[in-house]
Amino acid sequence: MKLSIMKKFTALLIILSGLMVNPAQAVLTIEITRGVDVGIPIAIVPFSWDGAPVAGESMTKVIEADLTRSGRFDSIPQADFLQQPHNAKQVRFKDWRLIKADYLVVGSIRQAGTATYSVKFQLMDVFKGNTLTGYEFSIQSTKLRNIAHQISDIIYEKLTGEKGAFNTKIAYVTVEKTKKGKRYLLQVADSDGFNPQTILNSHQPLMSAAWSPDARKLAYVSFEKKRSMIFIQRLSDGKRENVASFKGINSAPAFSPDGNKLAFVSSKEGNTEIYILDLRTRAIKRLTNHHGIDTEPSWLPNGRGLVFTSSRSGQPQIYRMNIDGSGVQRLTYSGKYNARPSVSADGSLMVMISRGNGRYHVAVMNLRTKEITKLTDTQLDESPSFAPNGRMVLYATEQANKGVLAAVSSDGRVRQSLRFLQGDVREPAWSPYLR
Amino acid sequence: MNNTSKLILIALLAGMVAVSGCNKKTRKAEGADMGDGVSTSGTGTEFGPDGKPLGDWQSGASADLLSQTRVYFAYDSSELDADSMAVAEAHAAFLLNNPSTRVVLEGHADERGTREYNLALGERRAQSVADVFIALGVSAMNIENVSYGEENPVAEGHDDSSWQLNRRVEIRYDR
Repeated sequence: MKLSIMKKFTALLIILSGLMVNPAQAVLTIEITRGVDVGIPIAIVPFSWDGAPVAGESMTKVIEADLTRSGRFDSIPQADFLQQPHNAKQVRFKDWRLIKADYLVVGSIRQAGTATYSVKFQLMDVFKGNTLTGYEFSIQSTKLRNIAHQISDIIYEKLTGEKGAFNTKIAYVTVEKTKKGKRYLLQVADSDGFNPQTILNSHQPLMSAAWSPDARKLAYVSFEKKRSMIFIQRLSDGKRENVASFKGINSAPAFSPDGNKLAFVSSKEGNTEIYILDLRTRAIKRLTNHHGIDTEPSWLPNGRGLVFTSSRSGQPQIYRMNIDGSGVQRLTYSGKYNARPSVSADGSLMVMISRGNGRYHVAVMNLRTKEITKLTDTQLDESPSFAPNGRMVLYATEQANKGVLAAVSSDGRVRQSLRFLQGDVREPAWSPYLR
Repeated sequence: MNNTSKLILIALLAGMVAVSGCNKKTRKAEGADMGDGVSTSGTGTEFGPDGKPLGDWQSGASADLLSQTRVYFAYDSSELDADSMAVAEAHAAFLLNNPSTRVVLEGHADERGTREYNLALGERRAQSVADVFIALGVSAMNIENVSYGEENPVAEGHDDSSWQLNRRVEIRYDR
């Protein structure tokens, strides 16, 4: 009897240590700097933990933070709740109509084995008084945050009609000054900045991290040999391969949507040109041939073409071309600096860095109407990267002499800054959906 | 002392060691806003591959130019102005007189704009200097271009005076 209580307590500790915001894990804090006027009012009741609500509360906090971060939900404070139901049967809908909740989330966590848990949740429509969806997950204790993000994705999709991107990863580079010079870390964390893992540690610059479409590999540029080289690294075991170390620069890697090819930039033949490396045959093909700078290739989601930056008109502007280099077409005409294009997964939007009034900000182009919308008004924005659902753009900027990451919704209505505790943060890349 | 003033002091000391006694004229591109006595020739101590001082064949004027191991560029440009050209020509002459000496041209950009574009820009700047060397008869085999883009600034500020110093090619004999 005592032993089983002890066991349960230990399990609770494990679960708590995995969930609680402890300083070592909270590498960044997310601050919503601009939200929408009215979000969908939702009440998230702390999940029960075999009757004790503590661990369940931590899990619901993750869900609440996710939904709030999207800018599309208003979470009703727990103090207003008139009851604490944990399943649909216990819900008194009138109590939730009274506090003006449109939707309600209830759930429970139950220990299923020594390190496995069963998490159940239900999403309810308060007005209709019915259950919209419900799931049960069987998981390991270490995966509770991931399950919380998955639950956020389910709720988000059910209520907005769009796929959620909470259960995804972000890659970024941190830079710290040490006595031995600068230290660069390439890191991968959950989309909310938790669980950061270092992928590479170097005293030379790291840049241009790019995800493989299966989210299992990262390509990046490392200066570890005192010049730029491209590596592809497997995330599971850290095994990596140097795929481009030609004379001159080797940079701007971008995986094709099928993962079989890598577009990259090299100056091996004199000028900076865009090439495609076939990752299966190792054949390399040159796509561009111009005396100007051609760089920053990014694939169209159908894999049949690329967008890229070129200075062929005298200033950096954005162009598209077919994967054999034919059909080059200029896409941007306004302003004197448009660079680093990236196209959303549905092919409708292109995000880029544009200069206006001496500032370098994130802008988005509607590829159908060619209309350009400025999304930020910060000064030194870089490296914009779409969430896989195309709703948010993660980018790097500078705040009070410090490199920080920030995110903005593709319509510019929601903004958030991700504050890291120390050092500069740069070069973010949002992962594809995890499969 | 904050990091910036430390940096300036280090640059100042390095500059004094490098060009001690030289009456170096101030270049436009070298950060007029940096204040008196700041020499932007910075780490210009690298001469021959063995660190030997220059031979007597150098006139005072070209020794002065040779002591400058950085050439500077305008925004989004890889063209050498007259001052930069003079420095490049002096180094070309040195390389012609020392045909076994290898040189690394390290191109850099300021932080504005995108990192990848700046990496390409740094490469073009290095190539502009290489083109001058090659045109004057230096063997291309002895020249290596490296670009760091905006990754290795010499001045960490986010203003015009820092940006001017960071848009540069470093002529290095020490790699």
